[in-house]
Amino acid sequence: MILVIAEHRQGELNRATWETVVAAQLLAERLGGLPVNVAVPGATGSAAQELAAAGIGDVVTLVDPALEAYTPDAYVMALTGVVASMSPRFVVLPHTYQARDFVPALAARLNKPLITDVTAIAGTADAPTFLRPMFQGKLAAQVRPMGEPPCFVTFQLGAFRADQVKKSSTQSSVTNLAVTIARSAIRQVPEVPFQEAQRAVDLSQAARIVAVGRGIKSKEQLPVAESLAKALGAELAASRPICDSGWLPMERQIGSSGQTVAPKLYLALGISGAIQHLVGMKGSRTIVAINKDADAPIFEVADYGIVGDLFEIVPAIVAELEKK
Amino acid sequence: MKIAVCIKQVPTREWQPRLRDDKTWIREQDVSYEMNEPDAYALEEALRLREKHGGEVVVCSAAPARVQQILREALARGADRALHVEDDALAAADACVTAGALAAAMAEEKFDLVLTGLQSDDQGHAQTGVILAERLGIPHSTIIMEVQVEDGRLRVKRELEGGWFQWIAMPLPALLTIQSGINQLRYATLKGIMAAKKKEIRTVPLAAGLQPTQQIVALAMPSRAKQTQMIGGAASEAAKELVRRLREEARVL
Repeated sequence: MILVIAEHRQGELNRATWETVVAAQLLAERLGGLPVNVAVPGATGSAAQELAAAGIGDVVTLVDPALEAYTPDAYVMALTGVVASMSPRFVVLPHTYQARDFVPALAARLNKPLITDVTAIAGTADAPTFLRPMFQGKLAAQVRPMGEPPCFVTFQLGAFRADQVKKSSTQSSVTNLAVTIARSAIRQVPEVPFQEAQRAVDLSQAARIVAVGRGIKSKEQLPVAESLAKALGAELAASRPICDSGWLPMERQIGSSGQTVAPKLYLALGISGAIQHLVGMKGSRTIVAINKDADAPIFEVADYGIVGDLFEIVPAIVAELEKK
Repeated sequence: MKIAVCIKQVPTREWQPRLRDDKTWIREQDVSYEMNEPDAYALEEALRLREKHGGEVVVCSAAPARVQQILREALARGADRALHVEDDALAAADACVTAGALAAAMAEEKFDLVLTGLQSDDQGHAQTGVILAERLGIPHSTIIMEVQVEDGRLRVKRELEGGWFQWIAMPLPALLTIQSGINQLRYATLKGIMAAKKKEIRTVPLAAGLQPTQQIVALAMPSRAKQTQMIGGAASEAAKELVRRLREEARVL
């Protein structure tokens, strides 16, 4: 059996869970048709029902007041027992910030492998392998878990398509499973999540975006990108390092910690294409990458690429656009 | 406060990947190394906490001998001493082995706070810090953007996705993984570089019995998701051709 651990916030299902269900179904097929089950820690809202309605496999909700607000300690304690008793061959999750927060501890407590940020499944029924990026996406590794099952796997956001879930017309069962968590053993005390400030800029609505990365070199060079944004009628955005340096405000950051966008046209200037950036923009319709490094991972998602000095190429594009 | 910072040495950003003949690891003789960037932010945060609360900052790494380059650099930036678990096998170790090696060497030091970067720029498992907390038996929180210490307790700002944050409180000792951009990095001064020469780097052997949990069976250049059309020529020609294709093929202008 393959066990999907669903992610939700206050009972509202995180859409990335559906991507993980797709990955679980592909893995189950490769292993010769294993069943897929889903565990929902502390579900109070619609998450468990929504999953059961899709008929993908038995749903188990873990019930304890300590699971209502997420903490890594409570999740690890609850899931250690559940995984041990259900004996899945694989335990799979989306590679979200929450999974990164507790799954390494869960796998380590059970002394089992955890393969993270997986983009594809390969290998045989007896020895499946998992593809994951390494060295900032410059290389892809095929990785095999060692030792006895279960093996934990987290899947990269966007690597599998949520709309490819194989649903069944027969609703799956939902079983409530009482777990016992000693409150005193939970060391983290969480407060209510918040947003820093109301966003003035909603980049998700922009039709065109010009985004800058480390290749812009200094804040003083930003007008080069601004002139192109102006010529295109585009919004200016950036990868994380640019916002970390304070060259552009955080609200213009694209990527896993910033905004997710899918404009008609996305121009990446001097952005190498770390996965944290790619997850925020790879759904764009047309992607142009300009970078001095021909091996930069950004070219893997680009429709059009120019290898060269952006300080020469960008002014030339502006001049070309202004010709008519 | 006694603070440990776990740092890793990774290939520089400019490094062009080349593979070893067996295609399961990189050709290390070609590589020049630097401090993993998120770890540099963890070090800076530790130095700031020491300036505010007093105590000691110890940089720790589980790696081959070459890591002393960045341990010296950390000492030059202001760390007080270094702890080096040395073994050639650690160069390509998985997160479980690296965390196990660090835990074995660090346990007796009884650190109040352990910091590390949220992930490494080489294997990028994003696991080592959390496994280390588990092995040391201390609470943890990840992807941290602010650290407050008061009356022996921590209050930290954890980054969630999509611009959301959350404050988490927990007792010390604890482990935090630090997000890049939490602070502004300092660089070593000449005085710091001179002082670093006299600081201690204690080398200890790798603990026995650590089992890897995963194996790299093949490394390769990633396959392209899209058929990228590369546009060549001088800047003005490339610009002209790009604009033409965006107008006529992609129809986005």
